[in-house]
Amino acid sequence: MHLHKYEKIWLLFGIGSLVVFLLVLGYGAFWQGTHPQSHGITIDPNNIESNEAFKPENLGLTQVEEDKYILNIAASAFYYDLGKDEDGNAVRHIRVPKGSTVLFQVASKDVVHGFNVAGTNVNMMVEPGYISSLETVMKNPGTYTIVCNEYCGIGHHMMYATLEVYE
Amino acid sequence: MQSKEVSASKDKEKNRQDLKGTLVSVSILGAILIISWVGAYILFISR
Amino acid sequence: MELAKKNIDEQSLGQLTIQKTESKLYMSYITVAFVALLIGGLMGLLQVFVRSGRFTLPFGIDYYQVLTVHGVILGLVLTTYFIIGFHFSLMGKTVGISTKQRKLAWLAFWIMVIGTVLTATAILLGQASVLYTFYAPLQAHPAFYIGLAMVIIGSWIAGFVNWRQLYVWKKAHPREKSPLLAFMVTINTLLWFIATLGVAAAVLIQFIPWSLGYAETINVLVSRTLFWYFGHPLVYFWLLPAYMAWYAIIPKIIGGKLFSDSLARMSFVLFLFFSIPVGFHHQLTEPGIDPTWKFIQVALTFMVVIPSLMTAFSMFATFEITGRRKGFKGLFGWFKHLPWKDVRFLAPFIGMLAFIPGGAGGIINASHQMNAVVHNTIWVTGHFHLTVATTVMLTFFGISYWLIPHLRGRTLTPKLNRLGIIQAIIWTVGMTIMSGAMHIEGLLGAPRRSSYSEYGGGEQVSEWIGYQLAQAIGGTILFIGIILMVYIFIKLTFFAPKGDEEFPIAEEEPDAEQTPAFFENWKLWIGITVALILFAYTIPFVDIIQNSPPGSVPFDWPIGR
Repeated sequence: MHLHKYEKIWLLFGIGSLVVFLLVLGYGAFWQGTHPQSHGITIDPNNIESNEAFKPENLGLTQVEEDKYILNIAASAFYYDLGKDEDGNAVRHIRVPKGSTVLFQVASKDVVHGFNVAGTNVNMMVEPGYISSLETVMKNPGTYTIVCNEYCGIGHHMMYATLEVYE
Repeated sequence: MQSKEVSASKDKEKNRQDLKGTLVSVSILGAILIISWVGAYILFISR
Repeated sequence: MELAKKNIDEQSLGQLTIQKTESKLYMSYITVAFVALLIGGLMGLLQVFVRSGRFTLPFGIDYYQVLTVHGVILGLVLTTYFIIGFHFSLMGKTVGISTKQRKLAWLAFWIMVIGTVLTATAILLGQASVLYTFYAPLQAHPAFYIGLAMVIIGSWIAGFVNWRQLYVWKKAHPREKSPLLAFMVTINTLLWFIATLGVAAAVLIQFIPWSLGYAETINVLVSRTLFWYFGHPLVYFWLLPAYMAWYAIIPKIIGGKLFSDSLARMSFVLFLFFSIPVGFHHQLTEPGIDPTWKFIQVALTFMVVIPSLMTAFSMFATFEITGRRKGFKGLFGWFKHLPWKDVRFLAPFIGMLAFIPGGAGGIINASHQMNAVVHNTIWVTGHFHLTVATTVMLTFFGISYWLIPHLRGRTLTPKLNRLGIIQAIIWTVGMTIMSGAMHIEGLLGAPRRSSYSEYGGGEQVSEWIGYQLAQAIGGTILFIGIILMVYIFIKLTFFAPKGDEEFPIAEEEPDAEQTPAFFENWKLWIGITVALILFAYTIPFVDIIQNSPPGSVPFDWPIGR
């Protein structure tokens, strides 16, 4: 099988680029820990409250250190439960200071959902039986819409909240 | 089975085919692939 | 007398005459595809209207029901029927079909039609608004899954007939290499068969018993993994017929020869190897799959780029060699003189161009952690409207302009050719606007597969809605393109003047390098394919099963059942 000289050049260049892409990705993933979320931690899909993090009183934002927060969320069709505020009202808006590290933990009570802080890299599938979690530094200030980005039923587009990163 | 010499001379003939336009075209294509990928990578890093 | 002479001419080129009884079969498959195009396109139009926020669906029709019809009928029905019709036409032309094989092909057709009707009924009654991916534990009516299973089984029978066709030809032509197009059809049907085993297993073992109430729960991650084991090769099953036309038909249309028979075969073999063990790149942001295995499948995904790089070179080289032989000089003289006014060339050519940004986007999507930027955003929708809805569709349209009149004993008139060119331009303009807006909106974070929503307001969302308006404009232009294409289809099928339209198949150069015999070693190709699949899937799949959470009970109320 014969290859034209230029085709050899082209394939070497193309394959070389793909290898460079993979090295960049692999370095980020394995050495800097930027793998997409994959923890394989399971939970009973019929009783997510059996897990400490998803007990009603632990839902929502908790500050654990100066710049460190945990945000626990129970997802169900078609609602993100972010806990309750002091007055007993449902929280729909989360605020964290710029530069803080946030650990997002989400579990589903029913079907598959998505969890995307739109415009950031916080983008996870949420599947019954698993805890989806991702820790990240919120470095860009702004107000972000949290959307369910996996179809979960006829009210799918009504499933949202907001997250504000303030200066 | 072809003899080695015949296939060697054919190789030369094939290489003489003028494919400069093709090389330039695929290079443009390659540049588009790389620019888009690097752009998306920068977006990923900045977020 | 004249007909007899023609037969001999064609046979000396290794081509057969398609009989009337055959063309009826091939046209049946293709007709279903065009009916699907019209219905599915209308659904697409309704979606972009709804999502613009300026329109609501009448009669209480749900957005997601419309979306399910759109995905199932265009992604599964149109593509599968057109491809099988095209496969059969190519096999009939290059290796022939026996009466018994033809009857089996009809059986395949009717099984697929019954399955399609079952699935469509479930969707239209609002009992299956689960989208074409039907992710558990959303539960549709059993008829939805049973219908899908029948479509797959029908398509298997069609594939088995194709293999038999080549086998019979090989027996009659010992020591000859199989015709290039028959080789390519065999690769694509093999790819389809191996890939659909995954989704068939999910549907038959998991979904049907669960939807009938025999199984209480379902393993969600197993079902998703089996689905995506099928879901990625599915897109290559769409793409390879387009590549068949690019490699083996376009050169003839532009008045050239095959660039290289062996390289064409090589790229198809590479597609068989690397389009299956890569399903995890659709599951990169899922919680239950080991990240190292995700990365391994990302690397394998990058391997599948290579045959496309080869194809790009072959296409440009075919154009350049043909142009230079015609005497056009300079770096791009050959380019200027391509047959731009021949829609059989123009439509597929625009398809090739669309595959450049399409491919670039695909590499980004598959880039492991970078997938978080785009996963489930409307960027992905923009991506596959470039690849399948432009590259593949425009090539299929390009094929239709000669295949339909050939099968119907009619001709492509200059007027229809001109309409075809207008159609291709409308498609390009509409898709550039719609897909472009989807790509940008996706990078801004907007989700795919979502009805119109203001998400409680805010600056970010109002920005998204602007792009959704642009999508409505692009979608409307595309729908005009669909109406025009259906009109051309009807003209070519029933009204174009009688005559002989050429079935263009490119020949090799007289002094072409001999194709190595190892390409006919099917056991080797299948062996490597299976080995790669086992390598990529065994360990993570066992891991998924061993570390499974409790199964999920069905949920039907979220889809309005």
